[in-house]
Amino acid sequence: MGLTVIAFYVFAAVAVASGLLTVLARNPVHSVLWLILTFFSAAGMMVLMGAEFVAMLLIIVYVGAVMVLFLFVVMMLDVDFAELKRGLASYLPLGALIGLVLVVELGLVFGHWVFADAAPEARAAVAPMPQDVPNTQALGKIIYDDYFLVFQLSGLILLVAMIGAIVLTLRHRQDVKRQNILDQMYRGRDVELKDVEPGQGV
Amino acid sequence: MEHAHAVGGVGLEGYLTVAAILFVTGIFGIFVNRRNIIIILMSIELMLLAVNINLVAFSAHLGDLVGQVFTLFVLTVAAAEAAIGLAIQVCFHRNRGSIDVQDVNMMKG
Repeated sequence: MGLTVIAFYVFAAVAVASGLLTVLARNPVHSVLWLILTFFSAAGMMVLMGAEFVAMLLIIVYVGAVMVLFLFVVMMLDVDFAELKRGLASYLPLGALIGLVLVVELGLVFGHWVFADAAPEARAAVAPMPQDVPNTQALGKIIYDDYFLVFQLSGLILLVAMIGAIVLTLRHRQDVKRQNILDQMYRGRDVELKDVEPGQGV
Repeated sequence: MEHAHAVGGVGLEGYLTVAAILFVTGIFGIFVNRRNIIIILMSIELMLLAVNINLVAFSAHLGDLVGQVFTLFVLTVAAAEAAIGLAIQVCFHRNRGSIDVQDVNMMKG
């Protein structure tokens, strides 16, 4: 049993366990932290498969940005999480049943499925993995040549998401005094100088 | 399978099994935490992660980089979805003072 196999089993066990704890943890902050552990283990498995770029992307973009956003929102909202957990016991049997059925259905596939004869040949010539180039470099060549338009469009999706999030959460509060620069600049020479007595105020 | 490449250590099926279990865990999480939007969003993230593992596993198995490119786009959409989802949730909490899914009935006729 090589080191790779042992590493896979460790990563797989950690990923599955922390994935379960994500949905079962009482405290949502703990849930987010378990989810981060799941992402780290998944990144480890992707390194084992030779996809270093996607693994690092998962850690940097996902754990570094999206999960921190989750953590931020969980901590910012003042919510009684114990109240939200109230119905958990009544939903548990149904959820467990559906989960079990799905796992069994997916498990039946393993050991019996095969690739169609024509499938590998049909896929083979699309973007073969180069042997002498690192993973990141090879991905960059494909993304910026063949998938350039799709890449730009995905950037557009992020832009729309950013504008949407800002529009949704922006609010103009009326009860807060703000600096109005235009009013300040248009002000004439009607400034009155007052001689304030010390200890008395205006 | 002459085109098949060895997928890190245990072969393709090990990774597919982990991905399947993670996906079902995500569905299970949606059913169990039916009231808490935050956990439901996290369950969706878990399911998307399982899909990403599947894509990368098949990419490594077939020796085809397109799977990893597609993983990138799935990540992009997942990030956008998380941002919009959390923004809606902040809005909802501001209006109703709770994030209970069963309170979302303002648009009921």
